[in-house]
Amino acid sequence: MSPALIAALPFLGALLPGLLIRSGRNVAAISCGTMTLLALIGLCLHIPAIMDGQVITSHFTWLPRIGLDASFRIDGLSLLFAILILGIGLLIILYARYYLSKGDPVGQFYTYLMLFQGAMVGIVLSDNILFLLVFWELTSLSSFLLIGYWKHLPEGRQGARMALTVTGMGGLAMIAGMMMLGNIAGSYRISDILEAKEAIQASPLYLPALLLILLGAFTKSAQFPFHFWLPHAMAAPTPVSAYLHSATMVKAGLFLMARLWPVLAGTPEWFYIVATTGLFTMLIGAVIALFKDDLKAILAFSTVSQLGMVTMLLGLGTEAGAIAAVFHIINHATFKAALFMTAGIVDHEAGTRSMKLLGGLRKLMPVTFTIGTIAALSMAGVLPLNGFISKEMMLEEAIHTTWAGYAQLFGIVAAIAATFSVAYSLRFIAGTFLGSERDDYPHHPHDPGMGLLFSPSLLVVLVILIGLMPMTMAGWLVTASADAVTGMETHPHLALWHGVNIPLMISGAALVIGALMVAFHRPLQAIWDAMPRPEAKVIFDRIIRRAVRWAQAVNDGLHDGRLARGAGMMSGTVVLAGTFAWVTGSTGPQTREMLPITPVAGVGFVLLIVATGCMVAFHRNRLLALVLIGIVGLIVSCGFVYLSAPDLALTQISVEVVTVMLMLLALNFLPKRTWVETGGLRRGADALIATVVGLAFGGLAYAIMRRDFAFETISQYHIANSYKQGGGDNIVNVTLVDFRGYDTFGEITVLGIAALVIYAMTETLLIGKSARKLTNWRHDQRRAGDRHPLMLVVATRLILPISLTVGLFIFMRGHNQPGGGFVAGLIVAISLLMQYMASGFAWAQERQRVPFHAMIGTGVVVAAATGIGAWFFGLPFLTSAYGYFKLPFLEEFELATAMAFDLGVFLCVVGAVMLALNSLSRIARRTGEASTRPATAEAPTADPKEAH
Amino acid sequence: MEALVAIAIGAMSASGIYLVLRLRTFPVVIGMTMMSYAINLFLVTTGRLAVNKPPILQGHGPADFSAYTDPLPQALTLTAIVISFGMTAVVVLLSLGAFIEGGDDYIDMPESDRREGGDTE
Repeated sequence: MSPALIAALPFLGALLPGLLIRSGRNVAAISCGTMTLLALIGLCLHIPAIMDGQVITSHFTWLPRIGLDASFRIDGLSLLFAILILGIGLLIILYARYYLSKGDPVGQFYTYLMLFQGAMVGIVLSDNILFLLVFWELTSLSSFLLIGYWKHLPEGRQGARMALTVTGMGGLAMIAGMMMLGNIAGSYRISDILEAKEAIQASPLYLPALLLILLGAFTKSAQFPFHFWLPHAMAAPTPVSAYLHSATMVKAGLFLMARLWPVLAGTPEWFYIVATTGLFTMLIGAVIALFKDDLKAILAFSTVSQLGMVTMLLGLGTEAGAIAAVFHIINHATFKAALFMTAGIVDHEAGTRSMKLLGGLRKLMPVTFTIGTIAALSMAGVLPLNGFISKEMMLEEAIHTTWAGYAQLFGIVAAIAATFSVAYSLRFIAGTFLGSERDDYPHHPHDPGMGLLFSPSLLVVLVILIGLMPMTMAGWLVTASADAVTGMETHPHLALWHGVNIPLMISGAALVIGALMVAFHRPLQAIWDAMPRPEAKVIFDRIIRRAVRWAQAVNDGLHDGRLARGAGMMSGTVVLAGTFAWVTGSTGPQTREMLPITPVAGVGFVLLIVATGCMVAFHRNRLLALVLIGIVGLIVSCGFVYLSAPDLALTQISVEVVTVMLMLLALNFLPKRTWVETGGLRRGADALIATVVGLAFGGLAYAIMRRDFAFETISQYHIANSYKQGGGDNIVNVTLVDFRGYDTFGEITVLGIAALVIYAMTETLLIGKSARKLTNWRHDQRRAGDRHPLMLVVATRLILPISLTVGLFIFMRGHNQPGGGFVAGLIVAISLLMQYMASGFAWAQERQRVPFHAMIGTGVVVAAATGIGAWFFGLPFLTSAYGYFKLPFLEEFELATAMAFDLGVFLCVVGAVMLALNSLSRIARRTGEASTRPATAEAPTADPKEAH
Repeated sequence: MEALVAIAIGAMSASGIYLVLRLRTFPVVIGMTMMSYAINLFLVTTGRLAVNKPPILQGHGPADFSAYTDPLPQALTLTAIVISFGMTAVVVLLSLGAFIEGGDDYIDMPESDRREGGDTE
């Protein structure tokens, strides 16, 4: 099976629960399980080839220009992790099916789980570090959803947020580190990077890149001082904890360190940062774990400790260290997943995870007891289980490591950590299962059914088998992955018995001392409780609060909810940035002569300036402002005519009409005056900002208009090919429907969406509180006596066919003469609107057969279908074909596929305009019919004093 | 001519900004409309000014480029005009809805609304 397909299967599986959940949780679970199993089988088919030392790759180009490709690779290391992710994933899917209660939204759970699984598989199979980062971020996001799955629990939400903050931050740092790494190596392909060891380690960027990448790995793998998020993530449902914190998410950091081990490891920097952090984390996690009462908290801190151990082993930079690391990754995944599941079963059956309320479950839950005990003993490193072997290997490595000249230090710290591991493991058993039976369990504990027991049982069987026959069971996988990690041929020798040597003696001593620590746990706990220690969550919360406060201060400074401040800031910034660019950049000479000013243009200019000035002066009279805006729009349209833009003029003038109608309808409700509410100072400041922007904008326009193009324009292509390729003489129209048809397609879609937004808002206004307000609305102006003046009614009805014909005419000629779908749509919309205005909403509504939504939809679909039609002729999207036809009694006319596209534009424009205005008039109608009587009271809220 | 157009652009944008900085919704909507006039005109002028050179090919157009004004900014502006209508319509309805629901047509967000949901605890 292609590696790409293996990575894709979990994502496909993520879609299934949503589709199938109505058929019950079994179906959802089975569908996810099937996808996982398929991926696992596909993966296992590659095992023989990988055993031969081959690397399976598949490659898809995605964004070659930035080096981002969807390339996959399976080598020994990928194989190891993918088996863990998919294999344990399968067990978790089964376990979760029986763990989650009826009230939980199981479909969501499985979707998140599969999403997470896919992201993890993506990480381990990626052969491109940028591609890997995509999956890396995806694990952060999907684990956020999983940890916060029980949305009603505040701890769940907080834990999820903390995990996302910490791992997300690390992920960001890692992006930077990966960029540097790729830059040094000259490629983002992992295969290439792994070849570039000398170049990378010699580069001055090695240390910053290493630090940033390690920041990502350490946060993900919960290494000190970022370990604190992991225990808080325990608020997740236990299957999530078992999956994320045994086999997958926290191992992603380890995977990354192992993946880049050949190029990053082996330097003193690597050793001192990675090995030291790992060692310290191992110790601190083990110590804290001993003093926790919550089963999952113990497991969480033990996970921190065990991850520290693997990190330390990787940090050593030796072949034996790498072998021990990969072997322990396998072992930890098996026993820790089993332990989490055990804790989940205890929680499920006994109703609590607190050791204070537990104990004596040995006889009540014998099977669970057996499973939990074997797994915990493996965690303690007891003969003959798998945890023992890797712990011996770890100790062997640790005692032979010299740290900054101290030969013993490493071994001693590792031995202490091992002792604490024994202690917390034994305490896990003793506190839960041993001791006398109690009679105050929250539930009546008993062994659950096979559904819950199967997964941990299988894992425990593996724990024993790997322990007894390490070479047979795991030797091949360890060899393959250790080869991949080190980049050379390794010969791991995994054996249960190495004879009596120092590690064995340390293990023995650890076992005895650990057992004693459990026996004397109470005084130890008292000492621990009395010790001052920083509470990570408090510190984290304080940092977050402070960050939020700073962000809020900055935010409030820029925009504090007052539009004026935000707009002012933005205008100022734009002007400053523009000025900066102008001053620092270079500009060409003024090469263009100014055009002469004709009297017509002069008159238009004076009118425009006067209207604009009046607008500012009289804007408080809103009706007058509306008239003025009409004047300005009209002159701008005339300006377009004058400046050789006939299409724009047609569009502008028809848009003008529609806009003014729209605002009139709104003004029907809004206050008719804007009162003076600002002081002279504020108005002066606003005027200053406005003047500066005006000067800058006008100046920029002038500077551009006086200069020729700095580069050759692409417009000449459009002029030269408008007829040849697009079959039309109107270059603007051909550009719209052909050359830039894709833009136009997007734009009519946006227009349609805008209309639908308006419709949706109207719907909400017509229900509930605002609907009651509307029904009792008292207009602040007299209504007209004759609502539908006869002359207007007759005139508009007579005009309708004529204006529709004009619309058709404008549409048909659009390809060769000014016109086209946009303008025609607006003209038709206006002629329909006039019916609404003259004859009333009800009259027009009765005669309206086609819903406007459908028109918008049809328009978009027609436009899209026209574009797609080109595909059937093997041409790119929106390639047009055209021909000229002759019908009797008519002039020769042209039919082009572009016209079908234009028809789509036309329909969309008509639909959108009509829907927008129709929505507004529906609001008006809600009040209009009830309140034809003249309002007697004053304006309801026009007066600011009354409004506030 | 260029100077006149530039002054017109400047004047319209200045009045637009001034109106956008007001406190009530209606002047802001009007101001935005003024801004869109200024910006649309500006976009067209980036193709430089030309009189009597509409971008309509004469006789299917032997490619004498100097006979036609730049068609590209026009095509882009045309859709911009229509889109700005869509935007104005949405904004008008927003302000109308806010007035009907909230009882006043102030555009600033009240302090209580801002802090809601901004809670980080």
